[in-house]
Amino acid sequence: MSKRIVILGGGTGGTLTANRLHRHLKHHPIGDAVEITVVDQDDHHVYQPGLLFVPFGLAQHSEIVRPRQAQLHKDITFVQQGIDRVDLERDTVVLEGGRELAYDALVIATGATLALDETEGLTGPGWNEKVFTFYDLAGATGLETALAEFEGGKLVVNVVDMPIKCPVAPLEFCFLADWYFTERGIRDKVTITYATPLDGAFTKPVASAALTSLLADKGVHLITEFNTGEVDGEAGKLVGYDGREVPFDLAVVIPLHSGAAYVGRSEGLGDDLNFVPTDKRTLQTIAKPNVFALGDATNVPASKAGSVTHFEGEVLVDNILRFLAGETLNSTFDGHANCFIETGFGKALLIDFNYDTEPLPGHFPTAIGMPLLKESRMNHLGKLMFQWVYWHALLQGRDIPGIGADMPTRGKERPAPHTPELEETAV
Amino acid sequence: MSTATMAGVEVRLNDEGFFEDPNQWTEAMAVEMATADGIDTLTDQHWTVLKFMRKEFFEKGTGPTVRLLGKTSGVSVKDLYLLFPKGPAKMAARIAGIPKPKGCI
Repeated sequence: MSKRIVILGGGTGGTLTANRLHRHLKHHPIGDAVEITVVDQDDHHVYQPGLLFVPFGLAQHSEIVRPRQAQLHKDITFVQQGIDRVDLERDTVVLEGGRELAYDALVIATGATLALDETEGLTGPGWNEKVFTFYDLAGATGLETALAEFEGGKLVVNVVDMPIKCPVAPLEFCFLADWYFTERGIRDKVTITYATPLDGAFTKPVASAALTSLLADKGVHLITEFNTGEVDGEAGKLVGYDGREVPFDLAVVIPLHSGAAYVGRSEGLGDDLNFVPTDKRTLQTIAKPNVFALGDATNVPASKAGSVTHFEGEVLVDNILRFLAGETLNSTFDGHANCFIETGFGKALLIDFNYDTEPLPGHFPTAIGMPLLKESRMNHLGKLMFQWVYWHALLQGRDIPGIGADMPTRGKERPAPHTPELEETAV
Repeated sequence: MSTATMAGVEVRLNDEGFFEDPNQWTEAMAVEMATADGIDTLTDQHWTVLKFMRKEFFEKGTGPTVRLLGKTSGVSVKDLYLLFPKGPAKMAARIAGIPKPKGCI
């Protein structure tokens, strides 16, 4: 009897997993007897890194949205239907409308969603007029108009809570806003403020210091440890749980993220925020051995970013095939992330890190390569080129030459190690 | 890293004053740290939060964010700020003897 692999979600993770599985199965003993099905509620695949550019008129709707099914190999079945729940006991997915899909192995790749209702007042007065998010296409498009009409005043970029998709995107938004208003000749009439719940610009110390100083260079005010309790669109202010207020004329809010709603309806599958508890090395879920997960849908302590999902795909596909063959899983995913950070004026930074190594200066992938943690034009071109790579190589589940799942260590400049003598004097 | 004496025992702390080893922590130490932070009495509600944070840390490897704490600890976010005015996730984590919550990467 043939084996059935069901993949929930036709975004980055679901698509590259399906295509990679399909290719690997051609040369696998069980290859002919495996059916792959991908489920998604719609047929619009959004190139999410493009959302950052839409508000600044640097990307158009038509460039960043393509049909989901067209990204899948023709032998992969695509089912367009909402998901009601996963019945772990019966190894069955129940779709909206009652149709059921039984599986031998299941992949959760339904990403993260924006939990707008979790922040008081966010969608109240002023929503999509002077309070926006650029984390979905409608918001990013609306923001393009609002920015074009903005003649001066207080622009506030606010992250409600972590984790969020692409944790550097809000910083990139600040950098691009600085560039955008400079180009329009009104930079002196605009104040840009970045309010974050973190205690610095970013989570990891070396990168946080570099990005904090870059914000200062560009005249962006940084407010740290700000936990947004309420968005008051009418009065034009964010109110923190600790009572601090941040006034705005235009607010760009990155809302709390959660996993997909069906995860919450599937007994035993998700955590309190509907993310799926997953082994960070094997990508098998804690819920059941025949259920795997990747990308933004999981709770693994890696960035919610497309590069992480791509690197996870290699380990995940290998482990699904091992699972179906009754073999031991590989515990090899190292948390590798690789992100371009657009800094405006045709430049970008590049960061490369994993579970154990924070983003460090140096070069990628070896001592001769793209500069890490340093602004350069080459990195900007890399970011632009990546859109082509995404549609043509990454979604096809192909390896990208020179950029493997394991984080390269050559080329990274490590800080001097702590010596016992120094530690003693520091006491 | 540094060391400090709490409730008569020498403990190892990191640069920000968080415990290096959560197993060194005792309730008596929590009382001392809370007093130093301006919390005169640790109420039942304080203890609910502290114990919840330790449980989360030992189960998941990191303390929860403020919002998750408000959703799952049984104490609302507004009350959390009244209990731990300097920022619940960080202040409660320190008093509970666990590392600073990672938030995210």
